[in-house]
Amino acid sequence: MPNLKFIIVGHVDHGKSTLIGRLLFDTNSLPPDKMEEVRQVSKELGREVEFAFLMDHLQEEREQGITIETSQTFFRTPKREYVIIDAPGHVEFVKNMITGASQAEAALLIVDAAEGMQEQTKRHSMILSMLGIEQVIVVINKMDLIKYDQKEYQKLMQEIEGFLGSLSITALAYIPVSALRGENVADCSEKMAWYSGPTILESLDSLNNQTSSEDKSLIFPVQDVYLIDHKRISVGRIECGSIEQGQDIKILPRGQMTRVKSIEKFLEKSQRSFAGESIGIITEDSVFLDRGDIVCQETEEPAVSDNFLASIFWMSKGEYKKGEKIFLRCATQEVSCRMEKIYKRINSSTLEILEEDAEALRNLEVGEVLIKAKKPIVIQPFKDVKEIGRFVLVREENVCAGGIITK
Amino acid sequence: MDDFKMDALSHLENQSIFIIREAYRQFRKVAMLWSIGKDSTTLLWLVRKAFYGRIPFSVLHIDTGYKFKEIYQFRGEYSKKWNFNLIVHKNEEAVSKGVSPETGKLDCCTELKTNALKQAIDKYKFRALYLGIRRDEHGIRAKERIFSPRDEDFEWDYKNQPPELWDQYKTKAKDEEHLRVHPLLGWRELDIWLYIKRENIPIVSLYFAKDGKRYRSIGCETCCNPIVSTADTIDKIIEELKTSNVSERSGRAQDKESAYMMQKLRSLGYM
Repeated sequence: MPNLKFIIVGHVDHGKSTLIGRLLFDTNSLPPDKMEEVRQVSKELGREVEFAFLMDHLQEEREQGITIETSQTFFRTPKREYVIIDAPGHVEFVKNMITGASQAEAALLIVDAAEGMQEQTKRHSMILSMLGIEQVIVVINKMDLIKYDQKEYQKLMQEIEGFLGSLSITALAYIPVSALRGENVADCSEKMAWYSGPTILESLDSLNNQTSSEDKSLIFPVQDVYLIDHKRISVGRIECGSIEQGQDIKILPRGQMTRVKSIEKFLEKSQRSFAGESIGIITEDSVFLDRGDIVCQETEEPAVSDNFLASIFWMSKGEYKKGEKIFLRCATQEVSCRMEKIYKRINSSTLEILEEDAEALRNLEVGEVLIKAKKPIVIQPFKDVKEIGRFVLVREENVCAGGIITK
Repeated sequence: MDDFKMDALSHLENQSIFIIREAYRQFRKVAMLWSIGKDSTTLLWLVRKAFYGRIPFSVLHIDTGYKFKEIYQFRGEYSKKWNFNLIVHKNEEAVSKGVSPETGKLDCCTELKTNALKQAIDKYKFRALYLGIRRDEHGIRAKERIFSPRDEDFEWDYKNQPPELWDQYKTKAKDEEHLRVHPLLGWRELDIWLYIKRENIPIVSLYFAKDGKRYRSIGCETCCNPIVSTADTIDKIIEELKTSNVSERSGRAQDKESAYMMQKLRSLGYM
């Protein structure tokens, strides 16, 4: 079974790093020398053993007790292997959280039982919803602080359920936990006999791996063209579907037709290649291919358009002013564009609509916008083909926003 | 419908080739750092695959002069066999000043590795460098991006890393000296060995047990200690890794001197 990547998100101090330390400890994934290092540093800083230090390796992170940068670590259950993506919960580091979340197939949303939902709890939920992460498990942590009280737990659970509902997220499970004490993480808690649902490990094992994109129509974005032994090889990774020797193909956005003469892999023969494979192709006619071209099948081709509606998450300190020129990158396509309309400017934590028909977007705001590109590009709505339904906006070589195409 | 499901190793391989090609497209003036250990030799293998056996850039070896003799032999043999342009660079100035592991390990690493690398980048004007680091090697490396910028002082601004979404990687901005590109970031030590076995990649003999000991991680002879092991074949190494829970770099001095030595080294530009 392939490994599963999940992210742990939530507000600062609600216990993300501690939960990861606990998961690693309870599944025996820790080298003794690593544990010893953590014991020693904890002692030097005059603290109890901090599981969080297993992930928080930067000096500042340990001294201040917060996570700054996202990181990844591995562990396994008898069922399969996991990659845990740890994300910072501080508002300063939302872009690091988004970096982590963009690679996740599922998420654990952690909420402090005593503090309840806070600013980043909500903002992170919003980001999960935007990124299309459908598998969400809610972990209500620090149950020890509310004396494992069932009533308080249920009250908080309903509140969270209501908020997630407004983002169209239906959590797969709600689990009352004490990560610090190991209650309901790997083993069922005796202190919460009233809870009959899964432990965290059980609920992780019930998650599904991301479905493969092989069954969809062909999308092969050209990455580069190499001239090797007088042959022009167009290289790239198949994003969706498959490609076959002898197959008729169409090259978008210009629309030339040709046929696949051969599939090129180093020291390998391949008649047919599938989504996820990095390959090269040689075409029958000498059509001119270049980076940013999208190879597809004629009868099932994606849309070619120079304007579309999108939801974007702005994550740069400098604001975006309506009409300003910016670069859009979608798969291997890059094009200059402008936001011509900002229909809505939204607070990404409270979800409050701050302004309609706005003139600018600021850091950490979500915008519903109309984008006009300088020339047509190949796109699909995110819900149909995510590989060409998502993009980043780049200003002065820095990624300032992530976005998904809605229409 | 064909029953095609990509296995985990093929998935890693394809992703790495994608990253390698992406960086070459972006920067063209690149080089690959080859320490001649198992990871960077695996990276070299993937680079050969990405470019159909014709590596279109130089392969750089930062030589401290303290490497094992087996490393030098391997370097000579495969740079010929695989026919690429090898650049060997040494910080001669520091060596002539007498910098050595005995005069201080942090200083030695900084001079003979980090500063040697700075000199090489400066001399050859590389815009990006491929490195074979992995997240599971060290907690600090777990926090790296796939494309990671370094400023003119070679510093890694780990508090302000660029976002990296959906395989859209950082392009080089004006104030950035060069970018580090990490195609193996998502591989584990075990994956490397499984792949070496699957692909039959040649590897320095130091990794295989002799007289009850083998090296699990190699660098300078002066600062590497072998582990107790009887694993003298790839299969036995794989078996050993599946059961062992000692961390990989436990034999490396850089990771031990103090809790944050690795962070200090890396923020100064260490690999």
